[in-house]
Amino acid sequence: MRAPTGQDIAADELLLSVDDVSLSFGGVKAVTGVSFDIRKGEIRAIIGPNGAGKTSMLNVINGFYHPQRGKITFKGKTRSRMRPYVAARGGIARTFQNVALFKGMTALDNIMAGRALKMRRGFFCQMLWLGPALAEEVEHRRRVEEIIDFLKIQHIRKIPVGKLPYGLQKRVELGRALAMEPDLLLLDEPMAGMNLEEKEDMSRYILDLNNHFGTTIALIEHDMGVVMDLSDRVLVLDHGIKIADGAPAEVQADARVIDAYLGVSH
Amino acid sequence: MLGPVIETLIGGLLTGVLYALVALGFVLIFKASGVFNFAQGAMVLFAALSLARLSEFMPLLLALALSIAIMIALAYAIELLVLRHLINQEGIILFMATLGIAYFLEGFGQALWGSDIYKIDLGLPTNPIFLFETVFPGGILVDPAELIAAIICAVLVLVLALFFQFTRMGRALRAVADDHQAAQSVGIPLGQIWFMVWAVAGLVALVAGMMWGTKLGVQFSLSLVALKALPVLILGGFTSIPGAIVGGLIIGAGEKLAEVLLAPVLIRTFDLAGGGIENWFAYVLALLFLLVRPQGLFGERIIERV
Repeated sequence: MRAPTGQDIAADELLLSVDDVSLSFGGVKAVTGVSFDIRKGEIRAIIGPNGAGKTSMLNVINGFYHPQRGKITFKGKTRSRMRPYVAARGGIARTFQNVALFKGMTALDNIMAGRALKMRRGFFCQMLWLGPALAEEVEHRRRVEEIIDFLKIQHIRKIPVGKLPYGLQKRVELGRALAMEPDLLLLDEPMAGMNLEEKEDMSRYILDLNNHFGTTIALIEHDMGVVMDLSDRVLVLDHGIKIADGAPAEVQADARVIDAYLGVSH
Repeated sequence: MLGPVIETLIGGLLTGVLYALVALGFVLIFKASGVFNFAQGAMVLFAALSLARLSEFMPLLLALALSIAIMIALAYAIELLVLRHLINQEGIILFMATLGIAYFLEGFGQALWGSDIYKIDLGLPTNPIFLFETVFPGGILVDPAELIAAIICAVLVLVLALFFQFTRMGRALRAVADDHQAAQSVGIPLGQIWFMVWAVAGLVALVAGMMWGTKLGVQFSLSLVALKALPVLILGGFTSIPGAIVGGLIIGAGEKLAEVLLAPVLIRTFDLAGGGIENWFAYVLALLFLLVRPQGLFGERIIERV
């Protein structure tokens, strides 16, 4: 046993670290040798031009894609392959770039689906609606109503989500992810296609989540104003390679980042 | 005149319940994976064969229990060997896989259990019952075996419908049906859900095989009963359990009534050689439905992959 050093303590605060991850589809390299980490309680932005590998990175973290090389350490456990539902079980929730809700189900049922993992009563118990299963359903329903209140979507809870406007769908999707009470929340372009007012609302929800509930958040976003305001640290990818990583102001001043966005050739 | 019509109607409705039972197997798997399971008919045959052959040398209840175990094991094998490797694939690829499963099961079932005609004897009463003898001359004849079968089906259907609508597992199933990826991201294990659905579909196939097998004898043509489920599904909608029931009843009653009422008229009018309307009535009805209401009576949306 050695005495804990400063580095060990810093490592304790890490929620997730991605170590030298490479991912390719056939000959196309989506992500090449990227390493970064996410600390407990921070808002971490991942930015980059289109096709930079941002969504691929999220897909690697939540287990949709399996990287050919590299390691991912989440809550101190290292793994290279993981099924998405195992990641979810471990506490990783996410939203999708193009809203992926259960379209035929109501807003309420969608968010209840996020509780799937928290429910423990067995098959036959549910089948017969026996007491414990019923009590459990009621308890989860209460938690879900809290989330609905938080996101101010009381008025749409019984509406099939396919019929809702896009901005509200995004909010329901956030609600579904929150229902999982995640340790790490991955948001893939939470504000894409929103108007200014909706963006402000969404930003407020993200900040509230982070401040009041201490939820660690990693988000992909294109709106630079939003990214700079919200995030503690920013990772910049371009063509699957990490080109910058640091505080928003540092990253903004980085020559390579400016080049990547403006397309300056060398 | 009214007596025989009502008798036909009741007979038709009872047959309709049996159609509904086969259709139900399709609906379960379509709901959970958006895939039309071509193998449902083969599963009915396989289940019926297992039950018929096993009951030859053991008590019926034991044979039934063993058959249930076989159908569950089959679902597990299908998930393990086929479906697991096709997660996130196109619907048409899963459909092709079920096609493969169908032909394998038909062949394998007959290799294992033989290809003669076998009997299942459930010990149901066979003497017909006559109802409303005071109202209609001669009363209305009802086959008690069919009546019992209908009751069993009704209970099964009710339980399944409630289960899907009101439990977490049901919600998880509907979630998987809507969006595989999103379902996985909230922690729903796709593999386990598929195993469960195929197991339930296998049990439904067993009940269907048992009832049809009692009625027609267990033989290869049993797998063709599944084809009758198609118009039922088109009428009721591929995603609706109540739809499968209503569709089954309409088809069952419709084709019997058409045979009795419509056929004589057609034969007289067009000077036809014979009836046989029962064989194609369901399909024509389904065709009309496709033109007018392609999502079916209770369907959630337009059918994309069939």
